[in-house]
Amino acid sequence: MTAYLFKRLAIALATLIVASVVVFAVLEVLPGDPARIMLGMNASPEALESLREQMGMNQPLITRYLNWISGMAIGDFGRSYTYSSPVIELIAERITVSLPLAIMSLLLSTIIAIPVGIFAASRRGKLADTISMGAAQVGVAVPNFWFALLLIYIFAVALRLVPAGGFPGWGDWWQALKALILPAVALALPQAAILARVTRSAMLDVLGEDYIRTAHAKGMPRHIVLWRHALRNAMIPVLTVLGLQFAFLLAGTIIIENVFYLPGLGRLVFQAITQRDLIVVEGVVMLLVASVVAVNLIVDLLYAVVDPRLRAR
Amino acid sequence: MTMPASSQPDDFRHFLHQALRSGSFMTGLIITLLIAAMAALSFIWTPYDVTNLVVANRMQGLSAAHPFGTDHLGRDILSMIMVGSRNSIAVAIVAVGIGMGIGVPLGCWAAARGGWLDEVLMRFNDVVFAFPALLSAIMITAIFGPGAVNAIIAIGIFNVPVFARVARAGALALWPREFILAARAAGKGKALITIEHILPNIASILLVQGTIQFALGILAEAGLSYLGLGAQPPMPSWGRMLFDAQTRMMIAPNQAIFPGLAIVITVLGLNLLGDGLRDILDPRLRRER
Repeated sequence: MTAYLFKRLAIALATLIVASVVVFAVLEVLPGDPARIMLGMNASPEALESLREQMGMNQPLITRYLNWISGMAIGDFGRSYTYSSPVIELIAERITVSLPLAIMSLLLSTIIAIPVGIFAASRRGKLADTISMGAAQVGVAVPNFWFALLLIYIFAVALRLVPAGGFPGWGDWWQALKALILPAVALALPQAAILARVTRSAMLDVLGEDYIRTAHAKGMPRHIVLWRHALRNAMIPVLTVLGLQFAFLLAGTIIIENVFYLPGLGRLVFQAITQRDLIVVEGVVMLLVASVVAVNLIVDLLYAVVDPRLRAR
Repeated sequence: MTMPASSQPDDFRHFLHQALRSGSFMTGLIITLLIAAMAALSFIWTPYDVTNLVVANRMQGLSAAHPFGTDHLGRDILSMIMVGSRNSIAVAIVAVGIGMGIGVPLGCWAAARGGWLDEVLMRFNDVVFAFPALLSAIMITAIFGPGAVNAIIAIGIFNVPVFARVARAGALALWPREFILAARAAGKGKALITIEHILPNIASILLVQGTIQFALGILAEAGLSYLGLGAQPPMPSWGRMLFDAQTRMMIAPNQAIFPGLAIVITVLGLNLLGDGLRDILDPRLRRER
């Protein structure tokens, strides 16, 4: 178990370091001079030069990389050129939109998908299985931003139940939840479709095992066999997909946040990219990469919890 | 996995037999062929010229002259969907080509060579997987300039580790098999064995993965062009049409519904095709028969 844990940790750390080098290298060698973008096309060469000096852009690449990475380790992500405020403050502000949104859609998709997957598996080949898997097949094919447009048309424009976009802040939590519900549903649908398919096939694998037949044979009620014996053993692939989906949701909100004009991380990074506010882009991308790595690590550790055979290693 | 080369005609007949009985394969194949035919037709004929703006005809609803209506510049929505399909298909196909062209040799190399090279290549794969694909694609297109070519590269890069992983897993399972050992005993080198024996035997799983990545590529391209980072106007693209339609959703929902349906149907067709192919080609299912 310790060896397993140690190896996972080492891989996660190595991934982070290589990723940080890639992010830094790609964004630093880019065309487009941030100093010129900040000061405009008519800036004097002297002003440009002093701003470059002030931003630390005249130091060697290695020094800049080390400064950047050691700053991030202690929570100093640098200052945004366009917002002229610390990147960490921008992130902290925007994450109060993106994180609840990601959690809401993950909850929604889990609540829908896992029962549907189990139900379909338990009725394999019957009408209920065909219908729910057909629906899942369509759900996978729907682009979430198109689904979002349809939701806006139905629930915001025609029925006027919820706002079509924007975010009022968490001061009035009811209004805030109402603003997040459509984006959460839009994000959850394709995720739920994938998760339902994975749950079904994982359950089918497990339901063919001898111990399930034994449980049935000894007269255990059908729902207990399904929920206690089968689901627990089908959890590994389901957990993997859930982990991947959470990581995707944190970053994948980028288009949905643009559809609904939500001031989240996705919109922050999208605007920062178009304005060449590289330090913001670097900070947010690294944060997202770190969360992907962290989620994968947690999933790896959860495997050990779910599957005792891994613990023995 | 396909059988050794001598039984290939039988293999093909077996495949055909299974294919005709697979509902999802046939449905997927028919949808995919129809979409491909629509794209091909758009080169020689569309109901209207999509570059010709007839402002007098703008914002029309559904009619016999314009089955899906017209947009804010008077362009026929059906014609735009037809021309837009070219863009979606071209971007997704080339992106899959990039992924296969780089990923498959890398994966085969890692499997054949093993040891530290395998470890390094697979860890590098992990790094690419740690980047949220869509975000990185947005970064690449936004930074190197929006357009179809950069969209292809951005989507293609993320196909590389997918194909590398699939090819490696397939090749690793083959290397200990007797017919590979026989080839090695006959003195063939690893590169030759990979080309002559490994590649033909992993072709089917690569084909299935290719179909899936093709569908994902269409979705990714739509997302990028929705954000204005894909094909640039006047070249119509499905994602861009959705963006244009968004602000007029309340007066003209048809402008958003039809391009979206085009995406859904195309992706659905490809996914059904991929699922059907997998069911037919899956070695586990085949052994049971």
